[in-house]
Amino acid sequence: MSEEIIIAGFGGQGVLSMGKILCYAGIVQGKEVTWMPSYGPEMRGGTANVSVIISDERISSPIISEFDTAIILNQQSMDKFENSVKPGGYLIYDGNGITRHPERTDINVYRVDAAAEAAQMETTKTFNMIVLGGLLQVKPIVEMDKAIEGLKKSLPERYHHLIPVNEKAIHRGTQIIQEVRKAKVEA
Amino acid sequence: MGELKLMKGNEAIAEAAIRDGADGYFGYPITPQSEVIEYLAAQQPEERTGMVLLQAESELASINMIYGAAGSGKKVMTSSSSPGVSLKQEGISYIAGAELPCLVLNVVRGGPGLGTIQPSQSDYFQSTKGGGHGDYHLIVLAPASVQEMYDFVELGFDLAFKYRNPAMILSDGAIGQMMEKVEIGEQKPRMTEQQIKEKYPWATTGKTPDRERNIITSLELDSAKMEKFNEKLVEKYRTIKENEVRYEEIQCEDADYLLVAYGTSSRICEKTVEMARQEGIKLGLLRPITLFPFPSQRLAEYAQKVKGIMSVEMSSGQMVEDVKLAVESRVQVEHYGRMGGIVPSAEEVLQALKQKFL
Repeated sequence: MSEEIIIAGFGGQGVLSMGKILCYAGIVQGKEVTWMPSYGPEMRGGTANVSVIISDERISSPIISEFDTAIILNQQSMDKFENSVKPGGYLIYDGNGITRHPERTDINVYRVDAAAEAAQMETTKTFNMIVLGGLLQVKPIVEMDKAIEGLKKSLPERYHHLIPVNEKAIHRGTQIIQEVRKAKVEA
Repeated sequence: MGELKLMKGNEAIAEAAIRDGADGYFGYPITPQSEVIEYLAAQQPEERTGMVLLQAESELASINMIYGAAGSGKKVMTSSSSPGVSLKQEGISYIAGAELPCLVLNVVRGGPGLGTIQPSQSDYFQSTKGGGHGDYHLIVLAPASVQEMYDFVELGFDLAFKYRNPAMILSDGAIGQMMEKVEIGEQKPRMTEQQIKEKYPWATTGKTPDRERNIITSLELDSAKMEKFNEKLVEKYRTIKENEVRYEEIQCEDADYLLVAYGTSSRICEKTVEMARQEGIKLGLLRPITLFPFPSQRLAEYAQKVKGIMSVEMSSGQMVEDVKLAVESRVQVEHYGRMGGIVPSAEEVLQALKQKFL
């Protein structure tokens, strides 16, 4: 098994930390992982993205241009990465601020309105955990309890009191994610 | 098995320095390697092992702090990125001239000049051919993973002390910034003053009545003596070439064509090899782990067996010169590279291979 994921959105949405949690969960499950962030001028413009690979085998290139799954959290990222999803792959997006919804029919499209949901929760910072829950609901790349363990490992101890609310957000994400359309497989 | 952590390459270097019992880090921040000093600052190595952490006022100051500390037998390192490493070259030349051990990390970004902050491999010449003035070489290690970033700190220090020669870890922005799983080793104790005195009789640890003064210098005004010293260095580099060549071979046994790549490029090329094999092209990858000494002999052996060799670098073609020297025209050698902070894709490397050879 090898899963190649891009998570893309604004800086501050928790894009990078969501990738970290996935990686830690992968490590707990004995998998190989790479986490390759965009850094530099791109990041300084306000957008952030990270490509994550979780694999049973040694990972060759950490820098990839096509993905099994894209998690898209703003319009710029939609424009940039919709076409980078492999045919038959998954695109998961938050509808907040999206002016052009995904158009491809050869990929599985899901929508998780995490920003709206996070506004209802104790803290809006759980946004990325709602997205993570949604991802794991449609693509169980790592086991749920391993994801929670990953969360614990990637969070500094001084924030450990926030784990229950994050856990709750992950579960919320599993509930609110909606299928937009399944990939049409050409005969 | 040691503890497994998810770390950036730059963080792994910093943690490894503390765990390897380094005595000091002197540096000056620059993208894309500032996490080294940031991580060290957060870890408070003074508290953990007594290791000194100092942000100097400039690159020049930091490399001269290394010079001084290394002269007293201390295990010290610095890190920077391309423009900063250029600034350090005078000091590095003096350190090589004084035959002192130290570790220098270069997390390369695109150049020349201030260039870009994205990953590049355009400092190959500078790293492997000397870098500063005078006839000298660094021992150059090229990690291709975060685990190797961690492991090569210990290896780099060991080689530096074994040969009394500065060692360099030549990395790039991609490996510095990416996170992977790292197995962390045990905490090694720092050496005591007494141990340094016994193990490194050349170090300036304070003169005792039973020995002559130790003088650390790179100055020798008598040309005859200087040439003797140069010959000694040549002999040292010959020994290093004989004993310390390291490389990894991926699917080379039956290869018709060979890619040669190090660091980030080698990871890309590993994928190219997978893709080529799926298409029935017998492609292999030779990854130099040491860039100085270069695996010339192994390449010369392959030159008898393969139909073509392509050097893949994020540069205009630097390592390819060493590949050509190694194979001495016995086989066609080509170069493929991207510059300016662009990382080539596995697909385009395969495309280039086909265009050049098939």
